[in-house]
Amino acid sequence: MSQTAAGALTPESADGSGPPADNYLTHAHGVRSWLFTLDHKRIAVMYLVGILGSFVLGGVFALLVRTELIRPGPTIMSKDMYNHMFTLHGAVMIFLFIIPGIPAVLGNFALPLLVGAKDVAFPRLNLASLWLWMIGAVFFVVTLHVGGLDTGWTFYTPYSTETPSAVIPAALGAFVLGFSSIFTGINFIATIHKLRAPGMTWFKMPLFCWALYATAIIQVLATPVLGITILLLAAERVLEVGIFNPKWGGDPVLFQHFFWFYSHPAVYIMILPGMGVISEVVAVFSRKHIFGYRFIAYSSVAIAVWGFLVWGHHMFTSGMTPLAAMIFSALTFSVSIPSAIKVFNWLATMYKGSISLATPMCYALAFLFLFGIGGLTGLFLGTLSTDVHLHDTYFVVAHFHYVMFGGAMIAFLAGLHYWWPKITGRRYAERWGQLGALLTFLGVNLTFFPQFILGSRGMPRRYYDYAGLLDRHPDFQQLHVLSSIGAYLTAVAITVVLGTLIHSVFRGRPAPANPWGGATLEWQCASPPPYDNFASTPTAGDPYAVDEFEYDPAIDGYVRRSAPNPPGPCPVPSHD
Amino acid sequence: MLAEAGGTFWLPPQSSSTARYVDAAFHLVLGISTFFFLLIVALMVVFVLRYRRRPGVGPAKSPSHSTALEITWSVIPLGLVVVIFSLGFYGYMEIRTAPRTAYEILVTAQKWKWTFRYPNGYEDPELHVPVDEPVRLVMQSQDVIHSLFIPAFRLKMDVVPGRYTTTWFRAIAPGEYDLTCTEYCGTGHSDMVTKVVVHAPGEFEPWLRKADEQAQSLAPVDAGRRLVTQRCASCHSVDGTQVPNGGPSFKGIFGQTHTFTKGPPQVVDENYLRESILDPSKRIREGYEDRMSTFRGQLTDKQITNIIEYIKSLK
Ligand code: HEC
Ligand SMILES: [Cu+2]
Ligand SMILES: [Cu+2]
Repeated sequence: MSQTAAGALTPESADGSGPPADNYLTHAHGVRSWLFTLDHKRIAVMYLVGILGSFVLGGVFALLVRTELIRPGPTIMSKDMYNHMFTLHGAVMIFLFIIPGIPAVLGNFALPLLVGAKDVAFPRLNLASLWLWMIGAVFFVVTLHVGGLDTGWTFYTPYSTETPSAVIPAALGAFVLGFSSIFTGINFIATIHKLRAPGMTWFKMPLFCWALYATAIIQVLATPVLGITILLLAAERVLEVGIFNPKWGGDPVLFQHFFWFYSHPAVYIMILPGMGVISEVVAVFSRKHIFGYRFIAYSSVAIAVWGFLVWGHHMFTSGMTPLAAMIFSALTFSVSIPSAIKVFNWLATMYKGSISLATPMCYALAFLFLFGIGGLTGLFLGTLSTDVHLHDTYFVVAHFHYVMFGGAMIAFLAGLHYWWPKITGRRYAERWGQLGALLTFLGVNLTFFPQFILGSRGMPRRYYDYAGLLDRHPDFQQLHVLSSIGAYLTAVAITVVLGTLIHSVFRGRPAPANPWGGATLEWQCASPPPYDNFASTPTAGDPYAVDEFEYDPAIDGYVRRSAPNPPGPCPVPSHD
Repeated sequence: MLAEAGGTFWLPPQSSSTARYVDAAFHLVLGISTFFFLLIVALMVVFVLRYRRRPGVGPAKSPSHSTALEITWSVIPLGLVVVIFSLGFYGYMEIRTAPRTAYEILVTAQKWKWTFRYPNGYEDPELHVPVDEPVRLVMQSQDVIHSLFIPAFRLKMDVVPGRYTTTWFRAIAPGEYDLTCTEYCGTGHSDMVTKVVVHAPGEFEPWLRKADEQAQSLAPVDAGRRLVTQRCASCHSVDGTQVPNGGPSFKGIFGQTHTFTKGPPQVVDENYLRESILDPSKRIREGYEDRMSTFRGQLTDKQITNIIEYIKSLK
């Protein structure tokens, strides 16, 4: 038996082609077997369901916001309602969806497999993290029912200490979710340090692991600051002690420092794992070794460390001294270099490759385009003089949506489509997957590009109404309409994406162990993997030696080449 | 989609002396980022077309790293960002450093109104300034954080409760411009839109004198009405309706007996009104919340008397 599939050691279904009869999905039955499971794969699947649910909820809020803005003046809701909608959109998307997103779903599923382990280092802590996520989600639902939230996801004081909306339940929700994130981070750090398979040195780790490791550092070190800040805010509201509110002797700008000390690094919690996914996908679908492995690995760690020093760039107009502004601006620029390095390395990986346009790669290309815009427009905001003009306008809204949606979310979709056959044991309809990627790409651009123009022409963010600006700016009307149409298109796109994936669960063809020809260890177990991943501990080689695998049309998947490096060209499937 | 007359596609017309620093940096960054964006997309498209997967053809051998290449594409961007940073910092210092002599205007932001107080004590909801003269704004907030933004001047500065923030500009062209609030401040955030009026040479002083005389000659009730519209209307109506999340309507309250969350009931008289304005948290009217901040130091005795006269007139 070739060593390609350790999973082949587990019994296969009768005809030998379908998914193995005993896998992690079928290993135990009943609701309790899910809710109390310690299996990282099942925890990942539950996270996936919860996180996609949150995304849909946050998306509905976004659609309501965009509908309100399609005309000046009241359209479908009151001023207060609008303030609640954009706040909940931000809070749900950030705390419930995008921060846990890639680490808790894709990281949880793939990390132990990638390092050749049977599970994460602390499976109970992992389950606790999921439970905390659910409790945090309950707090948010409570918030919705007891007065909503209208502070913006940023909770700026003293507004947040004074508003009658339900700040405390929301703050406690964010607090609990913070612990969920910390638990995930601790687990990943321990897993990477302790559970790597024999042969997997630090520099033989897949880059996704490096990205998760860098992310985990931030999760563990920055999140406690958010927790403390939120507790102080709650204490101030309840006890009326002066911490942030000047009415009682507090300092409102102090809150911003605390808040961004977490929330800027949190931006990297959102994007770093996404970059890790892109590194995997670009290499596999170009059938090439990743270019510049060490630079990519180091740049993840550099971003994580440097990211702690730049929070002040959110506060250039808050009255900080020019000296502080200068330092924060300089540090901000230096953190842009590692991201640039990654982009060039991905492009170099594609050079002379054999590029397939299968769905994950479509998302990876969309990522390069959208994250390119998101990252480069960050330069306008790091530049002190231009930030004075652009801060708190729609330009900022467009910038971070290009990074968050165009970057993190698109990378999440890339990873989800990449590991989907492994997670479910099913293949989705490739054409529909590609269509979903294309529509999402178009939708994101149409929604957010007009917002750059709105912002640089002077449209402030978080505005319910722009009637007062139309005298001098009739163009704002058309730009808002374009953006709203883009939002609807994005909604259609996401429906196609999720529809395709859900369809595949019921109707998809069974997936082979290695559908894309990846050289990382997860492709060595069956799809879906057996309960304990690897029957015997695998040995790790070069994670990017994709040329050791060749396409076998009989199973529509890849198998390890029998003779190393044959002279002639190898057969490859075409997905395009 | 057309841009404002006199502006570029991206930016409104330059109407202050420092706008050009912002625009220079903006266009430099725009040029550099457009170049890199097109480079990335072009390489991506070329690679996808040229190296797309063909049946029977595998990837060609190529190196998996090249230190020289990687250092090159780290150092070139590094050099460019140093240039961008420096230009941005230079412009920022120009924006932040006010000339020693400047015409001073006091700005008060409150939910959800701007008030501009001129050196002679006159107050106006719009910002009037002379052209070609440096103007310094000394800003304070009555309640939460607001932010003053004048896109045509490329100017923005937060207005923070409990401290003063300052900023300055020199308008270079007479005309009217938008002034908005850009820090989210609650229900009426998007109502905090007003105008900057830049007066042609020699027209500002006469305007100010006339506006002030008019305000001085108002009867107390009329002066009070003006103040209430400007400073209180976002929370208090004058027609008996209830402003959501606001305070009680002023209509007919004079002479009524009000009950409070603590302490005995009280007949609304001049002294109670005065206390409510200067020390609103002392007694909270039953059914309302402690959401009004004090106007101590914000309103003069005379103004308070005018407001009281106006409230008395609302039968
Ligand atoms: C941010 C909203 C807000 C603003 C602005 C505001 N108030 Fe109030 N006001 C309230 C609230 C809420 C109450 C009820 C709670 C209390 O008694 O303090 C109140 C109560 C009062 C009362 C007592 C009314 C009664 O029926 O007993 C008076 C008088 C008053 N305000 C005057 C003013 C004046 C004059 C101004 C403008 C100079 C003003 N307020 C601005 C919110 C506001
Ligand atoms: Cu930041
Ligand atoms: Cu505001």
